[in-house]
Amino acid sequence: MFFQKFFKYLFFLFIIKPYIYLILGVNVKGAENLPKVSMQPSIIVANHNSHVDTLLLMSLFSPSQILKIHPVAAADYFCNTKLKSFLFKTLIGLIPIKRKIGKTTKEELFREINDALRSGETIIIYPEGTRGNDNSIQSFKSGVSHIAAMNPDIPVIPIYINGPDRILPKGAFLWVPFIADVYISEPIKYDGTPTRVFTERIKAAVEALKEEHQRREEL
Amino acid sequence: MEHFVFTHNAKWAIVILYSIIAFLMAAVKIGQTVFKKDLENLWIRLKSFFVIVLLFTLAFCFNKITAFIFLALISYLCFKEFVSLIPTRKTDRNVLIWAYWSIPVTYYIIYTHWATLFYLFIPLYMFMLLSVRMVISGNTQGFLKNLAVMQYGLMTTVYALGYLGLIAIIPMENNPQAGAVGLLFYILVLTVSNDFMQMFCGKLFGKHKIIPNVSPNKTWEGFIGGVIGTSGLSVLMGYFLTPFTIWQSAFAGAVLAVCGFFGDVTMSAIKRDLGVKDTSTLIPGHGGILDRLDSLLFTAPLFFHYFAYTYTIIITRGT
Repeated sequence: MFFQKFFKYLFFLFIIKPYIYLILGVNVKGAENLPKVSMQPSIIVANHNSHVDTLLLMSLFSPSQILKIHPVAAADYFCNTKLKSFLFKTLIGLIPIKRKIGKTTKEELFREINDALRSGETIIIYPEGTRGNDNSIQSFKSGVSHIAAMNPDIPVIPIYINGPDRILPKGAFLWVPFIADVYISEPIKYDGTPTRVFTERIKAAVEALKEEHQRREEL
Repeated sequence: MEHFVFTHNAKWAIVILYSIIAFLMAAVKIGQTVFKKDLENLWIRLKSFFVIVLLFTLAFCFNKITAFIFLALISYLCFKEFVSLIPTRKTDRNVLIWAYWSIPVTYYIIYTHWATLFYLFIPLYMFMLLSVRMVISGNTQGFLKNLAVMQYGLMTTVYALGYLGLIAIIPMENNPQAGAVGLLFYILVLTVSNDFMQMFCGKLFGKHKIIPNVSPNKTWEGFIGGVIGTSGLSVLMGYFLTPFTIWQSAFAGAVLAVCGFFGDVTMSAIKRDLGVKDTSTLIPGHGGILDRLDSLLFTAPLFFHYFAYTYTIIITRGT
């Protein structure tokens, strides 16, 4: 465990954070809504267009806080070989999740996520379930609401990210530097409504942030 | 390893600049603690300004390579801000990578004192190279517009800023009392102080709007105040830092003030077109790096050519 944390810490401190802040650049709006990850766990929810999204979101935190953040990622994509699984679990700290649900129970499916949240760690989840192609927000899968319903006192933080779809779009190999914009909304708590309604509420929050980004500023 | 020559005059100029910044910072701190004024915004701006000046001095004090890497980095940050603001097509990513590579190439060309190639590299060769790359991408929808916008970005953020590098290699014989460092100091301080004086005079006496559709805060009074103030400061600094006569200094100051003004409002027009207030949030209290350097984009090339017109600059290759 120490070994894992050690490499994740160094990886973010010396490679990812300098890359994100010096080579790419980030404009953050609503940084005051960013949770103090060391104090309380939270569920970070964002739109998804690129692999850069995860690195970008994690870089918003200090290296010691990053140790407590775990992106939830598709097991069939990131953990399909032993080497990939080992690398991503060590350097990023990701939690794999099955996209194709068989006969497992809900508790079994989300066990690792629940364990992480209950031991005070934070997760990042992309409810679209996959990367988008043209920077539009696709429909949200309800998994995030199930997680929120199982952990009702953990806040959900909706985030809109603009830019990574130009830095490294789906299917591309060439990284092109652009400044990314990150909009962070106020935290939402699970309110007991059906999961579908709550999912729509989270999506509406992300879409509101997108509108804020697209609005022309008055000069 | 080649180093910049800091003459007696250049050293004193730098010491005086730091003293002024220290004095202003002390004044703001006293205003905050003793007179309980809300000057937090001003304090953040001053602190950012101090950091920029410090980075500049360190880069140029160390040696010639660090100075050029520093200048290339500034161009890179500016160009990145520019392309992040403009809408791009997916196929433009491949073209943009070529545009990005022109930055180290440009500064390497200047570093090797190959001034002629620098004059041509971005306006001619990058112009052709970007066209070729975009043709190979094969997306003709919005071809001309995207190509032109990208070329505009390179011209302003790399070519125009590259003139700072060109000023930095003006030989010692052209300016025996302060050297290239003195000239760089002169142009940077005058550009920044011109921005400040135009804003200051505009706030104090501003009545008649000069260009209301682009920048409603700019006034004739501010503009004229800037031209007079900058000419005055130019005469004072020119006496110690340049080989100019008094009249040449005054004229250079006026030219810089007018160009600085136009550089400023050009960037305002671009930002208004794109619907953004600041080009990024890189420098706390100032906005983006392009917001800060907008006047310099116009003053740096013009100052170099004014100097080259008054004194024959002979840049020899090989060093």
